[in-house]
Amino acid sequence: MTDQTQQTATVTQPRPRTRSSGGILGLTKKDFGLLVLVAILTIFAPVILNPFPAGSAMAQFNAGYPDLMQRFVIFGIFAIGFNILFGLTGYLSFGHAAFLGVGSYAGIWSMKLLTLNVIPAILVSVIVAGLFSLIVGFISLRRSGIYFSILTLAFAMMSYALAYSVLTPITGGETGLQLRASDPRIFGGELMPGMTPRATLFGMQMQDSTDLRFGAWTFTLNTGYYIAGIVLLVAFYLSIRIFRSPFGMMLRAVKSNQNRLNYTGLSPKPYTLAAFVISGMYAGLAGGLLVAMDTQVGAERMFWTASGEVVLMTILGGAGTLIGPILGAGFIKYFENIVSTINKSTLESWFAFMPDGLQDAFVAVIYPFVGKGWHLTLGLLFMLVVIFLPGGLVQGGSKLATVFRRDRKGGGVEDDAAAQRQAREE
Amino acid sequence: MDAIILQILNGLDKGSAYALIALGLTLIFGTLGVVNFAHGALFMLGAFCAVTFSSLLSFGFVPEDAGSTSVGGFSFGALQRETPYVVHWFGENAGNAIIDWAVPLSILFAIPVMIAIGVIMERGLIKHFYKRPHADQILVTFGLAIVLQEVIKYFYGANPIPTPAPDAFVGSFDFGAMLGFDPGSIVYPYWRLVYFFFAAIIIAAVFAFLQFTTFGMVVRAGMADRETVTLLGIDIDKRFTIMFGLAAAVAGLAGVMYTPINSPNYHMGMDFLVLSFVVVVVGGMGSLPGAVLAGFLLGIIEAFASMTEVLDVLPGINQIVIYLVAIIVLLTRPRGLMGRKGVMEE
Repeated sequence: MTDQTQQTATVTQPRPRTRSSGGILGLTKKDFGLLVLVAILTIFAPVILNPFPAGSAMAQFNAGYPDLMQRFVIFGIFAIGFNILFGLTGYLSFGHAAFLGVGSYAGIWSMKLLTLNVIPAILVSVIVAGLFSLIVGFISLRRSGIYFSILTLAFAMMSYALAYSVLTPITGGETGLQLRASDPRIFGGELMPGMTPRATLFGMQMQDSTDLRFGAWTFTLNTGYYIAGIVLLVAFYLSIRIFRSPFGMMLRAVKSNQNRLNYTGLSPKPYTLAAFVISGMYAGLAGGLLVAMDTQVGAERMFWTASGEVVLMTILGGAGTLIGPILGAGFIKYFENIVSTINKSTLESWFAFMPDGLQDAFVAVIYPFVGKGWHLTLGLLFMLVVIFLPGGLVQGGSKLATVFRRDRKGGGVEDDAAAQRQAREE
Repeated sequence: MDAIILQILNGLDKGSAYALIALGLTLIFGTLGVVNFAHGALFMLGAFCAVTFSSLLSFGFVPEDAGSTSVGGFSFGALQRETPYVVHWFGENAGNAIIDWAVPLSILFAIPVMIAIGVIMERGLIKHFYKRPHADQILVTFGLAIVLQEVIKYFYGANPIPTPAPDAFVGSFDFGAMLGFDPGSIVYPYWRLVYFFFAAIIIAAVFAFLQFTTFGMVVRAGMADRETVTLLGIDIDKRFTIMFGLAAAVAGLAGVMYTPINSPNYHMGMDFLVLSFVVVVVGGMGSLPGAVLAGFLLGIIEAFASMTEVLDVLPGINQIVIYLVAIIVLLTRPRGLMGRKGVMEE
């Protein structure tokens, strides 16, 4: 008995190291460093992601164009939210794309009916996705393990099927929804016919970009990207606070041992439901931002492969770590965009230095994996990560780090999380 | 009355496919304790076994002597007709009959191929995931499903490939006339009837195999208490591997025979997988009779929901009725219809 109580005590009482003890913005020095790192990456992404001069042979590896950078940031937010549920509580939801989709639809209706300003649109997205995830979570969380995965999957498939068929008046069915000049907007609806409605933020248009030229390099600074970037920083900051809060500790307790939690007289239900709704709201936020950036939405956004993709982003980066989901999202979206644009002639030009026979052989081997074969690469990546790197890139990085500096004990939260995950497997 | 019978019949063929896939899923889960998200891909691979076998059968050569006319040195390809080797070897009648019966004959081709794929999958990949959490098993098999699907897409293209049933089974059976209703009120394609009986035979065979053979008895014992069976000196892992191969073969055969009903395409596995999982959960995780029962039940419920009378009242219900049933079942009977205690309960 005494043994039991002692152990539960360690579960419920946050360890001193993890308690947010003042510091800058209520973060510890290490967490603040992480936040600053993400901020720097976000601010300078247009420069960092464009390392090759425009027009050079390597320019196709540049990722610094607005559309892609917006996706990095938005899916980063999506994965951060997913990580709050999966990384902390261990509940694997296979239907999170539904919340993203519902958020998108809500956002575009706000822009159609209310105003073209993105702030109300994003707020509406978050609220509607939150309410929807409350309903789904309330039902799904009555079961755990694989049952929970299948229930969430069933809800997502239902939403997708409904969006495609019966709800066509609301969702636009197969064609989806776009903004039109004829939309009955309450504020600022007086658009001339023929004018294209664009998402704005108090007069700033999301599509506006400034090109900076340094010699052969061109860097595009995009308004929409920076607005999304600010949202990402806020979302990331909130996720750090959640991770370090007593609430986050409770979620971890749910993951490590639910029975023990029950024995101490605590019900895990409100905590998991709260985590579910929070991650649903993050997904809605991402959905709202997607609409704010490209002002259109289609039901395929809710398909279950989209749910699978966010799972992959989180796992690839490192589930249960702070920065992992952002890394994973960036990695997946980068490769999706770059790999899927490589075609046969690109490959041939790469291997042009080889003798003819060898060149053909290399092209023939690599060709199925690029261009339209991106999903094949994605599937392989999925398997390789789960098999060899269950702790994700963060774990891989810390493994590398420990190899390079054996003398220093590799502490830190990221290693902790990776170690925990490994311990769970044993 | 006739409308009800028609809908029950309509539900049977889809229900058969659900039941077969769910049976395989449950076998794998019951023996190895692995949640196999790649099972739909095995169904799809089975269907493409039929496609491959059909195209192998009609593989032919152009006879040099007959049919080619050349005018002024130009030969007209259109006039040259390929003669399949099968026709060449077995003669005109027997050869064409074999080509006509390509889909049922593919069964012979599919069984060894699918067992081999299943065993390779288990030994090569799944084996390493027994002690990993279910989430990891789901994820790695999900990745495998994507890979298999994309490989098929690369080799066979994205379009559905029509594979017709034998001529003898083309057409429909008039149940209405037989049962004393108006002729033509209940018309049911022959092949769907074949599919239902085929599924019934496979299901009966699997149950008989588990129930009446020594091998099956050991496997059932292993499902109940793996450790004790191992202590008795039986190499249960090897038998479970074979069961995985059998489950793959069951899914594959379901796919082979389904090809005349729906032309196979690369994503058919994924379409069935999600539903089959729902079927397994409704039936009760780990319960073989539950999987079969729930498969047919959900197939029939789906058919009823697709009736125009129902759709007029509740538009779109046919798309979501299975999920609704699953949600209701899971909330009221968390173990599913026939689930055993202690399976998948943390």
